[in-house]
Amino acid sequence: MMNLTLKIWRQADAKSQGKMETFKVTEISEHMSFLEMLDVLNEQLINEGKDPVAFDHDCREGICGACSLYINGQPHGPDRAITTCQLHMRTFKDGDTIYIEPWRAKAFPVIKDLVVDRTAFDRIMQSGGYVSVNTSGNTIDANAIPIPKEDADNAFDAATCIGCGACVAACKNASAMLFVSAKVSQLALLPQGKVERQDRVLNMVEQMDKEGFGNCTNTGACSIECPKEISLENIARLNREYLMASLTK
Amino acid sequence: MTKLNSKTPDGPIAEKWTNHKNNINVVNPANKRNIDVIVVGSGLAGASAAASLAEMGYNVKNFCFQDSPRRAHSIAAQGGINAAKNYQNDGDSTYRLFYDTVKGGDYRARESNVYRLAEVSANIIDQCVAQGVPFARDYGGLLDNRSFGGVLVSRTFYAKGQTGQQLLLGAYSAMSRQINTGKVKMYNRHEMLDLVLVDGKARGIIARNLITGNIERYGAHAVVLATGGYGNVFFLSTNAMGSNVTAAWRAHRRGAYFANPCYTQIHPTCIPRSGDYQSKLTLMSESLRNDGRIWVPKEKEDAIAIREGRMKPVDLPEEKRDYYLERRYPAFGNLVPRDVASRAAKERCDAGYGVNQTGEAVYLDFTAAILRYGQERANILHIKNPSAAEIKDLGEKVIESKYGNLFQMYEKITDENPYKTPMMIYPAVHYTMGGLWVDYNLMTTIPGCYAAGEANFSDHGANRLGASALMQGLADGYFVLPYTIGDFLADDIRTGPISTDSPEFEATEKEVKERLDSLLNNKGTKSVDFFHKRLGKVMWDKVGMSRNAEGLKEALAEIRQIREEFYKDVFVPGTMHSFNPELEKAGRVADFLELGELFAKDALERPESCGGHFREESQTEEGEALRDDTNFAFVSAWEWTGDPKDSQLHKEELTFNDIELKQRSYK
Repeated sequence: MMNLTLKIWRQADAKSQGKMETFKVTEISEHMSFLEMLDVLNEQLINEGKDPVAFDHDCREGICGACSLYINGQPHGPDRAITTCQLHMRTFKDGDTIYIEPWRAKAFPVIKDLVVDRTAFDRIMQSGGYVSVNTSGNTIDANAIPIPKEDADNAFDAATCIGCGACVAACKNASAMLFVSAKVSQLALLPQGKVERQDRVLNMVEQMDKEGFGNCTNTGACSIECPKEISLENIARLNREYLMASLTK
Repeated sequence: MTKLNSKTPDGPIAEKWTNHKNNINVVNPANKRNIDVIVVGSGLAGASAAASLAEMGYNVKNFCFQDSPRRAHSIAAQGGINAAKNYQNDGDSTYRLFYDTVKGGDYRARESNVYRLAEVSANIIDQCVAQGVPFARDYGGLLDNRSFGGVLVSRTFYAKGQTGQQLLLGAYSAMSRQINTGKVKMYNRHEMLDLVLVDGKARGIIARNLITGNIERYGAHAVVLATGGYGNVFFLSTNAMGSNVTAAWRAHRRGAYFANPCYTQIHPTCIPRSGDYQSKLTLMSESLRNDGRIWVPKEKEDAIAIREGRMKPVDLPEEKRDYYLERRYPAFGNLVPRDVASRAAKERCDAGYGVNQTGEAVYLDFTAAILRYGQERANILHIKNPSAAEIKDLGEKVIESKYGNLFQMYEKITDENPYKTPMMIYPAVHYTMGGLWVDYNLMTTIPGCYAAGEANFSDHGANRLGASALMQGLADGYFVLPYTIGDFLADDIRTGPISTDSPEFEATEKEVKERLDSLLNNKGTKSVDFFHKRLGKVMWDKVGMSRNAEGLKEALAEIRQIREEFYKDVFVPGTMHSFNPELEKAGRVADFLELGELFAKDALERPESCGGHFREESQTEEGEALRDDTNFAFVSAWEWTGDPKDSQLHKEELTFNDIELKQRSYK
């Protein structure tokens, strides 16, 4: 069992000024997840008639991409290859002070406390993150085009991005390159996506820039902090795709 | 009593869907532009329906409570999606998939709907591959398959343990494309709080903007509810924290019948609970049962020694282990359907053989598979006389490539390495087969109100087979609803836009506001979770994996009691017009407290056992579920009359023309 001090970012809404507030929680089990520890805090605040801390979360098994906390200076906390909901309290020690902040990026404005607006990611997807195929009962048979296993596996690895935004939060420039590159790579590797690869990469990068994300300076923090370990190779592939498209389009 | 008309088309079962499509009304492309459709929910069913309807020309508004439509809980589905492709040449066919699904559902589903599901299943795979969904492939570049419970063929397509994610991102991308064209208008962080009926037809919804807290009106010519299941009535389930029944329940209160609420799937392979603070349970994909063997110790003393930490499971010799599924069900072994596997685990644990501190866990062991695969790889790689360590190493790599992310997830949660020591698992609430009653067109008993995916009751009967939820969600959204909705909308080509200034919208909005105000002004002393946890405990203890009349009657009284206390003593902080997650939860739990009662009532009034619904009074001598087809071969569809205890039962008789009704056996 642990007793902890929490320093948490509180902000009423996008327009208000935010600040860090201090809370104490006691008797925290090492088997709790980080979000369950915050549940305990919120139950305590509600019982005291106070406003609970707002944070995004949903599946609590590391796949929906909703949870998004910047813990002790790291997106999703100290452990590797996990989301905050998979972070367990056994990572911390009795008496620790833990700093909890929202993702900080111009393109992700704060909604309340630790909740940010990530709809910029949706808009990037809408600009080209798809294959333009309508629903039809008559597409060709799924096995008509064999796809080399290596390509399929690489496309899958890129496609596992959960859109949480940790890459942006980790980046000193708040760049969204890893996120964009994951989708561009997935579709550029598959024959179904190759048809539109040039328009796709140009449109998605244009939208990324419009949203106010920063530039990539190849520090690699994004990939280190990515809960799905999306590889930097994807950024290299994005750059190649973009260069090719700019030269030919 | 109203007669439920399933509108099942005439003709032989294999021709019904084609005939139906040929005969229903169709809206011409120019007129589709004048028709609005609301789709609530952005999971597999919702996103696929929204995308397909928009491609056809309808104006779609899609709503989700999450911050992005990509986060709907379909994303968490792990194992795979079934389709009758017969790529493995093992004799699969539309009929076999249909048969397996009806049998797996313990003969409580509507034959015609299930056949259609099997029929369109192959198109789903073609469609998803065309969208760029990266399914697993073999070295020849063709799609790979695996097996799931309750079937004898390999028809499950998968993308590691993230199939739901990949399929959902496919549907999300199709919808994103339509958002880009302006044909879908997306409302993130909006929660539907009521359905608006005008002249008896569903013509819109009242939704709360979860950022501003404003109550907003949206009109349309039809409303599709693709809002998922209600497993969170148990508080602890594998559902996402936000998954709720509110949209479906509000439609129910407006006249949509709720069918078979008691049919719940308790999934056999979840990580056991560890403490009272626990907020949710985590599933370990059923695909693990392809390679994992389930066991508990044969002797009670060994179980006790393991529980007390005096013995390690790996040290217990083979002959002292009880592979109880292989023992009881030799034909299907570890791949029996979920309901059977769950009850068998409970039976062993109740008898005192459980292996963790709570006594509620069994082992899922991969040792045999690791050795088998290791030997296979050694042969392929021409390694002569491989050492035991080499074989183990090679085998672990194969297991990692198949289930790597699941093993990692397990280790993160439990701090134990499942490559070295067997996993511990226990059943948990996972899926609800019950839902809004729908006809063959997927329309509820409210004209113009449709239900798709887990939100409806139609295809899985009393138990769903693994990898069939993804199939049904996408079948409904891509291939069924976009056609059948035209039959209703054909009458609306001259209606014109639905105004939200009508008295009906005003009245419904007022009711919603009053409901939320009363929760906020209650100023009680207990949190929403306090009541939700109490409800969950009653549901699990008395309306869970096995049920009896006495317990169900107690549950009915206790749920009413909790509901009364909730309205007296709940405390909801914050205000209406702000970002207020506690207020969202309060509304959802209020609806769960009503649904829970109907759920228990439905279970009480079905004294037979079938699928996931096990009544202790109705079992064979060997402890298997015993159905009563003479008296209970019907769908229970409940009509709201003002209080769950007075809900009125309507029956849709189930007739089986293409499958012989018989007691299920997996022995």
